[in-house]
Amino acid sequence: MNLSQLLLPEAILLQDHAGSSTEVIEKLGELLRQKGCVKDDFVEATLRREATMPTGLPLGGEYNAAIPHVDLEYVLSPAVGMATLREPVVFRNMVDPDEEVPVQLVFMLALDRPKAQIEVLQQVANLLQSPDVVAGLMAARTKEEVLALLTGLEAAS
Amino acid sequence: MVKPKVVLVACGTAVATSTVVAQAIQEAAKKEGIQVTTRQCKAAEVMSMVDGADLIVTTTPLPKNINIPVIQGLPFLTGVGKEAALKQIIDELKK
Repeated sequence: MNLSQLLLPEAILLQDHAGSSTEVIEKLGELLRQKGCVKDDFVEATLRREATMPTGLPLGGEYNAAIPHVDLEYVLSPAVGMATLREPVVFRNMVDPDEEVPVQLVFMLALDRPKAQIEVLQQVANLLQSPDVVAGLMAARTKEEVLALLTGLEAAS
Repeated sequence: MVKPKVVLVACGTAVATSTVVAQAIQEAAKKEGIQVTTRQCKAAEVMSMVDGADLIVTTTPLPKNINIPVIQGLPFLTGVGKEAALKQIIDELKK
């Protein structure tokens, strides 16, 4: 399963404005819910998990990312949502919750069979490890650009 | 035959990030010709699984009172400091 196949076009927000990490999670979660991918309490559960087990990832460059997700029981059909933000919002570092991470790139993962879909997370990790790809996603202004970038990467790998 | 080293890989839910990290460790160990067994677990399960493990690699905060080496696994998700983290792990596995 490729990331480009799971990334829901309806759940891509580009150059979005959000006041907080909570707001981003609510927006993306609501888009996934509207498409019937997640249960009604998905957002609540994701926020609860984020509070105790945050998902902020410092990338060491201009942009940092977060990958909010939750246990599979809240997912109805697998999907990924994505947001790029004009201004950073604060997530907490995954291994050091005391550290604030200003995040502008968010991948929300709604996976129901993580063992089978692990390659999706691997693909997200791979693209986060490429500053060029991160810059490309941050520069994207249309969903088509995002999907073209991802399918291009998948074809090359 | 040498007993394989056991690496405990911890993350929030024991299914997502720890799988990515476990795969990276398996690959690196194979390259070095080191026998390794990875066991994935949730943060909350670490204390009960630490017995019999040689090393922990984690993507989630863990209690401080663990008596085996703990290495941060975030580099396998972000790429930042990945070589250093791999070296740290391989060095521990060679001990």
